[in-house]
Amino acid sequence: MAGLFVLAPLSLVLPHRVAQAGMLALSGLGLGAALLGLATGPAALALPVGLPGAGMSLALDALSAFLLLPVLAPAAAVAACAPDERAPPLLPAFAGCMVLTLLAGDGFTLALGFSGMALAVWGLVPGRPATPLLGLAALGTACLVPALALLAPAGALELGFAALRANPPDGWAGAAVLALVLLGAGWAAGLAPLHLWLRPAHPAMPAPAAALVLGGMTKVALYVLVRILFDLCGPAAPVWWGVPLLVVGAASAVLGALRANTESDLVSVLAASTVGHMGLIATGLGVALLARGADLPALAALALGGALLHALAHGLFGTLLLLAAGAVQDSAGTRRLSQLGGLIHRMPATTLATLVGAASLAALPPFAGFAGVWALLQSLLAAPRIGGLALQGLLAVTAALAALAVALGAAASVRLVGVAFLGRPRTPAAAAAHDAPRSVRVTLAVLAGLSLVLGLLPGPALHLADPAVRALAGAGLGGAGPLLVAPAADAPGYSAPGVAVLLGLCLAGGAWVARAWMVQGERRAPVWDGGFGPGDPATQHGAASMAQPLACTLGTMVLAARESVDAAPPGDPRPARYGLTLRDPAEPLLHAPLLRARERLSAFAGRAAFPTAWQGLVITVAALLGLLALAAR
Amino acid sequence: MTALAGVLTLLLHAALVLAAAPVLAGLLGRARARLLGRSGPPALQPWRDLVRLARKQPVLAEDASWLFAAVPGVCVAATLAAALLVPSFALGMATAPLADLLVVAGLLALARCALALAGLDAGTAAGGMGASRTTSIAAYAEPVLLLVFLVLALLAGTTNLDATAAALREGGQGLRLPLGLAGLAVCVVVLADRPGQDALALEYSGRHLALIQYAAALRLLLWLSLIAAMFLPFGLAPAGAGPLAWIVGLLAWAGKLGGLCAGLLLLEASAAGLRVLDVPRLLGAALLLMLLAALLLFVSQGFA
Repeated sequence: MAGLFVLAPLSLVLPHRVAQAGMLALSGLGLGAALLGLATGPAALALPVGLPGAGMSLALDALSAFLLLPVLAPAAAVAACAPDERAPPLLPAFAGCMVLTLLAGDGFTLALGFSGMALAVWGLVPGRPATPLLGLAALGTACLVPALALLAPAGALELGFAALRANPPDGWAGAAVLALVLLGAGWAAGLAPLHLWLRPAHPAMPAPAAALVLGGMTKVALYVLVRILFDLCGPAAPVWWGVPLLVVGAASAVLGALRANTESDLVSVLAASTVGHMGLIATGLGVALLARGADLPALAALALGGALLHALAHGLFGTLLLLAAGAVQDSAGTRRLSQLGGLIHRMPATTLATLVGAASLAALPPFAGFAGVWALLQSLLAAPRIGGLALQGLLAVTAALAALAVALGAAASVRLVGVAFLGRPRTPAAAAAHDAPRSVRVTLAVLAGLSLVLGLLPGPALHLADPAVRALAGAGLGGAGPLLVAPAADAPGYSAPGVAVLLGLCLAGGAWVARAWMVQGERRAPVWDGGFGPGDPATQHGAASMAQPLACTLGTMVLAARESVDAAPPGDPRPARYGLTLRDPAEPLLHAPLLRARERLSAFAGRAAFPTAWQGLVITVAALLGLLALAAR
Repeated sequence: MTALAGVLTLLLHAALVLAAAPVLAGLLGRARARLLGRSGPPALQPWRDLVRLARKQPVLAEDASWLFAAVPGVCVAATLAAALLVPSFALGMATAPLADLLVVAGLLALARCALALAGLDAGTAAGGMGASRTTSIAAYAEPVLLLVFLVLALLAGTTNLDATAAALREGGQGLRLPLGLAGLAVCVVVLADRPGQDALALEYSGRHLALIQYAAALRLLLWLSLIAAMFLPFGLAPAGAGPLAWIVGLLAWAGKLGGLCAGLLLLEASAAGLRVLDVPRLLGAALLLMLLAALLLFVSQGFA
């Protein structure tokens, strides 16, 4: 894995093809190493460089080995199908920093890797949308470093995880660590209200870079959250620690899933739905913290296991969908839903892979997304046993919001597939699309196959997460058999193979009945459409039309949606216009004050650059006094 | 022996459900017509329609893809798989270990999403409208359902259908307010689930239309069986019971279905003229009702 680092600086000079091949080989090696690490147990390695006196070290334990899977799988997939020279050269460096964060054995290495990753994202996004990322990278470092410093034992420069673990924070220090970690890692995970950067950044990025950011980086942020809050802060965290995660997670889940129904660009839809899924995962982390604080280790294990399983699934199907979006852009020249359509005829292989990914995104059984969501919802259903009426009420509302988010995710994936891939092409470019090149098709097929396998066998995948869950939640995941995902050892649960077999039997039975008792063959005719026949392709239900029922109900509540309909009076041939404006609730909460503060600061700087004589005198005297005070200490 | 009994129960259940679904739709249609003062078609009319449609070749739109032709089968299979998980007259079917409330909801969502995709595949405005309507109404219905599941899971300690039905049957604590509210909320969900999907079947004909109509009938039967098993679990034959208990269970099931149909019709008649825009409001009211039920349960049961 260290090889990715060696490759990172080289990739800037090496020819593109060599760098991609190296990234693919190293990611593949890393995947193998992670699986080996899961099988053999923890390993550690001290690095010859680092801080004087403290050094740097790498460590691989159950948690980092498991989360390496959803980070390296997107990296390998992106490297395998990055189509041409347009892929940004920073990708290997970005992947390297992500791996460094996961492999860190001490706080310094963790912060270093995370900051490097944030800077690499800034380098990946071209142009103006990159600006807030520099600020967010600074925020991440500025929050993680003090959080780790608060965890470090007083007096000594001891930043190894063992030393941090031995010094659990209490009282205000613990609260400060929680707030700092949520701020520092939350933006990278896309948790509300720090998700705003995703919206302008993703359409600007090439799709492979977006795949690595959304598939991989969000999992790194999840790792940082779990590592610090569950592991380094010790098992004695107070119960209320779960509440902020629960609230932030539920808000992100609903906001992201709703936004995924209103976005008009393929990648933006997927970015928004990633916010939604990370919100669901954060909800699971919140339940796990609550349950662990209330001494219900089995419930904590279910919630944490569900979160990890869903992170793994999202790493696969999220990458699959984003790479498919990239293939659509390369082939049809656009990612805007309103200019696509009918791609199922032109890009059959890509469409098939997308269908598998979308079924996982919609959390439909027996596909990959369902098992994780099942475990997360189960943990929410059982969580009111933690007690406390206010908390129970909050949990009930969170459960309802999580269900809303899952259903909105299903609506979003129907919209994504239905508008972009089905129906008739809306533009000549979409009608002339051709299927992706072979390397992309193979990558998509492998990712779809892996998603299918994960969907059919979530039990073994959960078994891989079991050592990490056992260490962090205090109890293992029950389950009567390796094929079952269950809340407790003796309880019935979700048996994906069973459901798949039942579904397969029903399909086979239906096919037999259709073959034996129904008339065969079919005729083709122009579409009926209530007698109107095939009209302009623009009369199909489009992206905005699909968004409308949700925008005019939930949207008005959550996103302050405003619809404007400008219909021409009878006799006027002017076309009617429909407009929809949305405002993210985080904007007035976070962006507007920040913008105002920037205005004030720049105004102040403008004034301070040209002081009057009196002001200059005051400043000089104040500076002198300050220096004197410093010297006197 | 129990495994054999489980398989036998499942086979009988499957045969019953497969045969009864269109009959139930027919009875409901006839009763609805009666309520409006018409005589209505005979109860077996849906079966006759199915047989007739099965003898006709479907006409596919020129732009329709393979997905359009595959969806009716997927729809029936997913709905049937869900229907095989919900106990009708007896517990302890061979599928009992798989029968989870969230899985049933997930399989119904699979059928719904497949049908919505077919509506968009035809490339018509009406199909698309049906698709967006179906998926968005489902988005309002799922939170209500999850809170219903929350109440059931807290009372029974599991979301497994069989175990829940058995626990609620054995519990025998009389009628509980949260359970009653939950039953009402599921009825509202069923009411909101029924229309909306007609527009999706507009482009279907022949045997495809037969499959789509059959899936719709199965879904209605499934919902009513689910309400009967969860909220009116009396009369259900326990696992491993003899034929006598089965007969009692069968009679109880038929009676419960009849009562639920009557209730559904009354609810429907009282909500006549419900516009599509009112459905989210209705489901929002059901959501508040369920939050109230959950809070009542927290207060009354403690769970602390």
